Amino acid sequence: MKRTTWAKLLAPCAAAVLVSFAALPLGSTAGASNGTPPTQGDPVLTSVGKGEGALNLIAWEGYAQPTWVSPFQKATGCHVSVKYAGSSSEMVSLMANGGGHQYDLVSASGDADLRLIYGGNVRPVNIRLMTAWKNFHPFLRSPAFNTINGHHYGISYEFGPNVLLYSTKSFPKAPASWSVIYSSKYRGKVTIPDNPIQIADAALYLSKTKPSLKITDPYELDSTQFNAAVNLLKAEHPLIKKYWDLASQEISLFQNGEVVVGAAWPYQTNTLKAAGAKVADTIPREGATGWADTWMLATNAPHPNCAYRWMQWVTSAKVQAEQAIYFGETPANTLACPIMNTLLKNGCALYHANAPASYYATLKFWKTPLPQCGNGKSNCESFTQWQQAWTTIIG
Amino acid sequence: MTLAGTLYRRSGAALWRRPWLRGALTLSPPLAWFLVVYLASLVVMLATAFFTVDPLTGNIHHTWTWSNFSQVLTQPDYRSIIFRTVVMAVLVTITDVIVAVPFAYFMAKIATRRVRQLLIVLVLLPLWASYLARVYAWVNILSDKGLLPTIESHLGLPHTYIAYSNTAMWVVFCYLWLPFMIVPIYGALERVPDSYLEASADLGAGSFATFRRVLLPLILPGIVAGTIFTFSLTLGDYITPLLIGGSSSYFIGNAIYDTAINGGDLPLAAALAFVSIVIMGVYLLAARLAGAFEAL
Amino acid sequence: MRLSAPSRWALGLWAALVVGFLILPLGVIVLFAFDASNVQTFPIQHWTTHWFHVAWNDPAVRSALWLSVKAGALATLIALVLGTLVAFGIHRFKFFGRDTVSLLLVLPLALPGIVTGLALQSAFFLVNIQFSLYTIVIGHTTFCIVVVFNNVLARLRRTSTSLREASADLGASPIQTFRLITLPIVRTALVSGALLAFALSFDEVIVTTFTAGAQNTLPLWIFGAIRLGQQLPEVNAVVVGVLLLTAIPLLVAARLTGGERVASPAAPIQPAGE
Repeated sequence: MKRTTWAKLLAPCAAAVLVSFAALPLGSTAGASNGTPPTQGDPVLTSVGKGEGALNLIAWEGYAQPTWVSPFQKATGCHVSVKYAGSSSEMVSLMANGGGHQYDLVSASGDADLRLIYGGNVRPVNIRLMTAWKNFHPFLRSPAFNTINGHHYGISYEFGPNVLLYSTKSFPKAPASWSVIYSSKYRGKVTIPDNPIQIADAALYLSKTKPSLKITDPYELDSTQFNAAVNLLKAEHPLIKKYWDLASQEISLFQNGEVVVGAAWPYQTNTLKAAGAKVADTIPREGATGWADTWMLATNAPHPNCAYRWMQWVTSAKVQAEQAIYFGETPANTLACPIMNTLLKNGCALYHANAPASYYATLKFWKTPLPQCGNGKSNCESFTQWQQAWTTIIG
Repeated sequence: MTLAGTLYRRSGAALWRRPWLRGALTLSPPLAWFLVVYLASLVVMLATAFFTVDPLTGNIHHTWTWSNFSQVLTQPDYRSIIFRTVVMAVLVTITDVIVAVPFAYFMAKIATRRVRQLLIVLVLLPLWASYLARVYAWVNILSDKGLLPTIESHLGLPHTYIAYSNTAMWVVFCYLWLPFMIVPIYGALERVPDSYLEASADLGAGSFATFRRVLLPLILPGIVAGTIFTFSLTLGDYITPLLIGGSSSYFIGNAIYDTAINGGDLPLAAALAFVSIVIMGVYLLAARLAGAFEAL
Repeated sequence: MRLSAPSRWALGLWAALVVGFLILPLGVIVLFAFDASNVQTFPIQHWTTHWFHVAWNDPAVRSALWLSVKAGALATLIALVLGTLVAFGIHRFKFFGRDTVSLLLVLPLALPGIVTGLALQSAFFLVNIQFSLYTIVIGHTTFCIVVVFNNVLARLRRTSTSLREASADLGASPIQTFRLITLPIVRTALVSGALLAFALSFDEVIVTTFTAGAQNTLPLWIFGAIRLGQQLPEVNAVVVGVLLLTAIPLLVAARLTGGERVASPAAPIQPAGE
């Protein structure tokens, strides 16, 4: 191009750059100190007042179905609008950037909760206003991923384990160990979720198979432990047919026989079984990770009364059961179990809603990897490093 | 003559005598939109590529650094992601050109008027069926128990299992962008008078020579215009790799999305976006030189 | 170029194959809209029209469809005005930076959608704008302008300026000239540009993901439904419905424009030289 043409091209661009820089907020924002969440001292509602007429949610698909949203809207007058997100991180992004004044509640999973709390994007709720709370499973009343210093930053909702799903044709007996998904025997026939938190599953496996690494918490990994988990996953890459992003993908993969073993949720198992596929799931001897969702209240929620009413509504036994059966998960409310059986034959047992406490104790629920490790040190890998490493694993 | 009428006439005359005023009035609304909405956003986002993000809080540190760029351009993982994306974009573009040119020729020069109308509708119809649903339909077609193996077993052909692979992505990309390739080539062919082709034949050129020396130069701008679509759409797509890609189908679009949204690292994502813009800029430059910018 | 009969037949066969290739997934979508099972694989075990009822009665689908129509209409309208203005401006006036502007106008379509979406989202966050229908429209308008611009500019290039001058010589005011001479000439370009712009906006998912708030356009609803996987046949039923609705206007438009250039972006890069 001629020199003059370059000038013609660049001059307006330069002008645009200068204009935009004037608008940039310069100077970094001070990071929150690790011990105390920024909104800990925020006042909580003492009683739920009249609804504001609207409610904006950030939720997983399937968390705002007409079955329970329509009666809620009728009863409270709060019209529900939903922004669907595909990952917990997406929810954090939405809340951190624009969520301040736009959204009321977010149904984040454990891997996102601490980021939301320490980022100052959610505020404590008054748990006494939620009458269903006392009927929750004990381990979900004040779990570490949503309760800090006795302040509840939301209310637990539903949960599920990350199980080992396998084809009964390839495995006549349930596999006893997670080693099957790391074994080259099943090269090209394995699938695991496309989610950086999978590094924790690898760490959990290593905590039992390589005790020398001294991994106690799969979410608190120093660089040696972290690199070991990442290398395990990199070695696993050639075995993977596809890193599934959508539950429906994994269902399709198993249904078509494209994979024979993988990490899944009970939802996939039950949907496949209902469609006649020969599969089953299990929790191997190394244990399993699990996910649990919490409805968290935005710091500047524009409709706090409607938000509280929603939290009360969806933690009631009936809605908990409806949600559990629809999505394929386990309710926090123990009273939901009999209702689940009326919605789906054996629903309660299928989703382990009535399992003994020992079953739940084997699950290591997702929580945000932070630099502060429980041992008082601050040398653990943060979630940003997990995400970056994940890109190198699946890239 | 009413006051309004006089003003009307006077302003009309004033505008006629001052072309710069007409030009300014015509161009300011759209250009203002572009500058304020599009360019400014683009520049602001790209500026963040020079910053870093705090690992704990996710806030942006406004300290100037090249670290994001060096990470993206030197780390082998990112390089292979970029390379893989560009190769796919090139393959898809070439394939679509090969498929589209004969088809567009048939549509423009051989088909009767009614057939042509029908073909136009059929080419544009897929654009009205959701992109997502069409990609998902391909998953159904290419899966191990999908339509393709079913047909193959009926015809006695060997089974091809290509779902969740780069081959599947290539097929799907070619499919998705084909209408965008066909339309400009068809437009260009339509404007080639039949007399040119007949004259060439009269002068003794065979079909292939006519194609190479008469037709191709005339429709080249249209072809290049179409390739801009296929190249850029393939370069930035993250949904198709998500739905039908395999374990080696991580593209620039996926990396940008994951880094920005899942990793909360907008600066690094912006650096990746910068790279894809530069690639596209190089392509546009080449297209300009090849004549897509020439008068039609 | 005189093609022999076998060559013409071969090209005809090629055309048929390409059409088959283009329509095949649409056929699969239609097929699976009647699949009773959620797990969509071959062969289909049970057939049903149940999902069409579900889609028809689903309030989420209705509001998503309505939002898509609103966003598309608004974006197309604004794009028609702005795109035509800029096409006329580029065509008629020489000015500093004309080359740049021509190039920049292509960027919304030439740059990957995720770049546009991310940039717009960052900008909206920065300026603290609430995400709503209007942020969606802003995003869509930006690339719809390009489509209209290309169509109108291509048309203008093929019209001679002498028509305008003759009209002025005959005493018509600029407004009369525009109304009676220019507008009829560019009308087909406006129609085809509007049609293509609406189609792009209606099916857009990437930029919309970044610019929508607690609302769902139809593509966003479809993406969510595919992610969830519980209502895949319903998705297919909805798509079939949309196809039926749009096939008719497409056919009509094709007839009206006489089989010529129903929606042609021509060359998306328009030269600044005239």
